[in-house]
Amino acid sequence: MARVPVKQSRFGKYGGQYVPETLMPAILELEKIYAKVRLDRSFQREFHDCLRQYVGRPTPLYFAKQLTRTLGGARIYLKREDLCHTGAHKINNTVGQALLTKRMKKRRIIAETGAGQHGVAVATIAAMFGLEAEVYMGTEDMARQALNVFRMRLLGAKVTGVDADSRTLKDAISEAMRDWTTNVRTTHYLLGSVLGAHPYPMMIRDFQSVIGRETRRQILASEGTLPHCLVACVGGGSNSIGLFYPFIKDARIQMIGVEAGGMGLASGKHAARFAGGVPGVLHGTMTYLLQDRHGQVNSTHSVSAGLDYPAVGPEHAMHHDSGRIQYTSATDQEALEAFDLLAREEGIIPALESAHAVAEVIKRAPKMKKNQILIMNLSGRGDKDVNQIAQIRGIQL
Amino acid sequence: MSAPSNRITATFDRLRRQGEKALIPYLMAGDPSLADTEALIVALEKAGADLIEIGVPFSDPIADGPVIQKAAERALRAGTSLRSILRTVKSLRTKTQVPLILMTYYNTIMAIGEREFCHEAVLAGVDGVIIPDMPPEEADPLQQASAEKGPCLIFLLAPTSTAVRKAEVIKRTSGFIYYVSITGITGAQLRDRDSIKHNVRAIQKKAGKPVAVGFGIATPDDARQIAAFSDGVIVGSALVRKIEELQHSPDFIHGVSRFTASLKAAISGNGAE
Repeated sequence: MARVPVKQSRFGKYGGQYVPETLMPAILELEKIYAKVRLDRSFQREFHDCLRQYVGRPTPLYFAKQLTRTLGGARIYLKREDLCHTGAHKINNTVGQALLTKRMKKRRIIAETGAGQHGVAVATIAAMFGLEAEVYMGTEDMARQALNVFRMRLLGAKVTGVDADSRTLKDAISEAMRDWTTNVRTTHYLLGSVLGAHPYPMMIRDFQSVIGRETRRQILASEGTLPHCLVACVGGGSNSIGLFYPFIKDARIQMIGVEAGGMGLASGKHAARFAGGVPGVLHGTMTYLLQDRHGQVNSTHSVSAGLDYPAVGPEHAMHHDSGRIQYTSATDQEALEAFDLLAREEGIIPALESAHAVAEVIKRAPKMKKNQILIMNLSGRGDKDVNQIAQIRGIQL
Repeated sequence: MSAPSNRITATFDRLRRQGEKALIPYLMAGDPSLADTEALIVALEKAGADLIEIGVPFSDPIADGPVIQKAAERALRAGTSLRSILRTVKSLRTKTQVPLILMTYYNTIMAIGEREFCHEAVLAGVDGVIIPDMPPEEADPLQQASAEKGPCLIFLLAPTSTAVRKAEVIKRTSGFIYYVSITGITGAQLRDRDSIKHNVRAIQKKAGKPVAVGFGIATPDDARQIAAFSDGVIVGSALVRKIEELQHSPDFIHGVSRFTASLKAAISGNGAE
């Protein structure tokens, strides 16, 4: 087609715009407006002011002394996204897209949520910007994240349960896309991760890149050198790409994405797309997808609702193939052990999602030299998971 | 870029000569079984269906409302796949020459591979394919694979489509253009018939290809009104609901046929409005 060279909507062979015709004009409008604001100083100023004053950025880059000593290898730093307003990195992206929504003169936002962190961020930002918000959430996730459901409702958002198929994040996204198809003229779909049709993966990566830009500045200030290794968990992949992107051209820096290993790769009950998936198309984008040989999308399993999704951001798919980012996984059990360790060693209760990254740090840091630096993105805090952890241990709160 | 003409074009040509409009029922393959689908398709043709749209079940059908979602779940539970549907089509071709069109999501085709899918589909006797999550922007691989021998790629236009997009779809589509009557998903309520009429007429004028209208056409009366200004009507969710209601009844095939016949009767003798 004449409008934009096809390549611009893709990361290598991944990405694209696989959405119904009804949505295409809205996707193209978003693409156009985003291309404009990306270079617009006043938009960027407004975005960063809001991140500073409302979200509480910059978040600290914390040297985890106890953890470093206990693991006995690399110097471990934690990027404290858990200290953002609402408790996770998700809010960075919602601020950016809410500002865009206002520029598009739309009054209603919809969103999907898995763990509920994105839903809470959306409900929060909707309250602050005076937008109407509706959040779709699988009923399975609503049960395991009841606290976040209540938080969203307190903030004035409507939370709609989705009972289809696996009743998790993937079904919430499908339902949000159906709502968007129906209300596209008045509604912006505030997608929460680097998924979906172009320009979402690129735009959300840009909004989340504030994590990596701050980290770069902070580590240079405290250590006078760049890190050797970056570690982050990968659900859709927004916190990880947000940390990695500003370092991607520094070829010597190792980058590790940690997927949900669930009950182990051999069990088939996991969400490790790079271990068990092949390229396919889901929710508007071409990427690695857990599916059967007929192209039906598989159900996934993870103790963490935020990683429990059968596809991964298309930019990750490209970096996987090129080898620029390495992907590994941590099982439910490893994540739960890591959760405990971080709580006891550092006095930080991580989100179960982030605990997957901690699990990788536990494996990796001891093998590194003592003068090497490892930075892990602590993408969210674990308050939301406390109930679930108690349940797993058979404790009634 | 259009694929060679086939049963679809021949059918629309014949209907136009007769001053008739096309009735295009949609059913979900494998709901409740592929044997039933085969029997239903034969019966639908006898009841007056001019072309038949065969839904391929997909685990995450983002363009479909609850009725078709549930039908897809039933079909998947029964073990239906795109390959088994192609075998059913092949078997049907010994019984009927009614144009058969698959409606499927892109991932099911990608799992087979674009080239192999086109080859197998044409070999089985599929005439056209509708892919709700494949806009023109992403159509090149399949369009190249189908250019020589088909099947026809039928593109969709929606109330939100801009003039540029309409021109692009008109250029790329073969067989007919699928006009989505509402801004929404399958099975939603039909609204604002005047604007549907206005849009369909505008597309017809530019296209020189038949325009069939779908999404939200549920009753004989809806069908009659929409057929008055279009080249055909597609009835999906309403028929799938009938199939759902009757599938355990002794009146199953007969009841679905009766509903189809009532739709055909409603649009017959309409001519131009």
